[in-house]
Amino acid sequence: MKINMKRSNAPVFWLLFGAGGMLSALVGPMLVFITGIAVPLGLLLPKDTLSYQHVLAFAHSWIGGLFLFAVVMLFFWHSGHRIFHSLHDLGIHTGVVAKFFCYGLPLIATLATVYALVSIKYS
Amino acid sequence: MTNTENTIMLDVLRYRPEQDAKPLLQTHCVPFSEDMSVLQGLQYIKDYLDGTLSFRWSCRMAICGSCGMMINGKPRLACKTFLRDIYPGRLRVEALAHFPIERDLVIVMDDFIEKLESIKPYIIEKQPRLLSQGEYLQTPAERDLYEQFSSCINCMLCYAACPQYGLNPRFLGPGIIALLHRYNLDSRDSGDDQRMPLVNSEDGVFNCTAVGYCSEVCPKLVAPANAVNVNKANSAKDYFLRFVMPGGGEK
Amino acid sequence: MTSPVSSGRRPYMRPMQGWWRRNTFYLEYMIHEATALFVAAYALVLLVGLVRLSQGQAAWDGWLQALRSPLSIVFHVITLVAISYHTWTWFNIMPRTLPPILLKGKRLSEAAITHSGLAAAVIVSLILLGLVWSLWA
Repeated sequence: MKINMKRSNAPVFWLLFGAGGMLSALVGPMLVFITGIAVPLGLLLPKDTLSYQHVLAFAHSWIGGLFLFAVVMLFFWHSGHRIFHSLHDLGIHTGVVAKFFCYGLPLIATLATVYALVSIKYS
Repeated sequence: MTNTENTIMLDVLRYRPEQDAKPLLQTHCVPFSEDMSVLQGLQYIKDYLDGTLSFRWSCRMAICGSCGMMINGKPRLACKTFLRDIYPGRLRVEALAHFPIERDLVIVMDDFIEKLESIKPYIIEKQPRLLSQGEYLQTPAERDLYEQFSSCINCMLCYAACPQYGLNPRFLGPGIIALLHRYNLDSRDSGDDQRMPLVNSEDGVFNCTAVGYCSEVCPKLVAPANAVNVNKANSAKDYFLRFVMPGGGEK
Repeated sequence: MTSPVSSGRRPYMRPMQGWWRRNTFYLEYMIHEATALFVAAYALVLLVGLVRLSQGQAAWDGWLQALRSPLSIVFHVITLVAISYHTWTWFNIMPRTLPPILLKGKRLSEAAITHSGLAAAVIVSLILLGLVWSLWA
């Protein structure tokens, strides 16, 4: 079987996958706990912890904006890449459709995140 | 109770292309003793029950890599798997997964051999060495870098384990990449640049999704999964640095 | 005219369907890969939140309100389990992907790498919780 010697562009997506995987492994559980369980239920943290004033100021700051950008962007690229490969593993080969959902959506999400953060910063 | 009274049921996947439309299971009753390997069980069938059973074997001591097959659904060396670990259960022996079956337990391994040749599995010197220069001197630390990967016996169990190879037979695969890695890591070798295009290719390392079963089944603890995944980083480095260092980095 | 002698060879390829159901190793692999679905879902929740934040107080409060619904709580509990499993498997797999790391001349064991990674996750999580608690609680 002749080997396809064309250079793969996988490194770009693999690095995004790796960075997203590492970030989600480190901060994922606690973020889910805080935003999805603790604050809504008033568990360990008061119900007004994530008030508009608090979070707006955080998103406004450079470190906060960067953190939010990294989390949303990398979580999308990590999961998109992994889901694309899982579809392949399951024998589902929808070609362009799969690529649109797994890489196109993260791209749209990245742009949306930048737009939201920029409009927060300069509102 | 004497040993000759104990028997084990052995289901073998037969395939004789001249008479079988597709593979089928054939059951044999084989005498069991504590010291018998699966290979010996197969040899008993061939010697006394059905001489037409075809299978590869040679050293019977887990160093030649010939007798790889699926034993109760797992890629194992027949000479290194013992009946006592399965007895009194039933034994099921099939040809190595993810390869075309040639006949019975013999698989077509042309693809593996071609790929092995393609990675240049030999020391590629920076410049030819004169006899007067003497031997290459290698420290224990330099030797330690590649030793693990040099243990590969080409048994192809890792290919039977790798679902990505099963789904895409164009993939270079775990064992070949481990051998490629062995030569790249050897201090006497300067052939990295010649091997990188294979690593970087569409059939290269990025077909791997870190399932890790290859390392799990390797009878020589080569850790092919490690070789493949370390080369993902190497490939990524190469991908981005090629613009900075045209012609590739010199070792 | 010579006809080629038939070799009688007819190699048989076995199908790959359902390969991941054939042993527990593969099954576990598919499960830890599937955690990506929950990472994606949570990222979407955060993205919606970020958009709502940019739309003003009323929109943001609406998002917070939605997070208080029982459906949301259940979703986040399941997501917490999934993402925690991702953390666990990520650091268990990590040693396999790294070149040998030498500490004082000796190779770092796989267990040492995994434990360091998991410890880092615990420490980062506690720092995150501590920061949120001290700044906003």
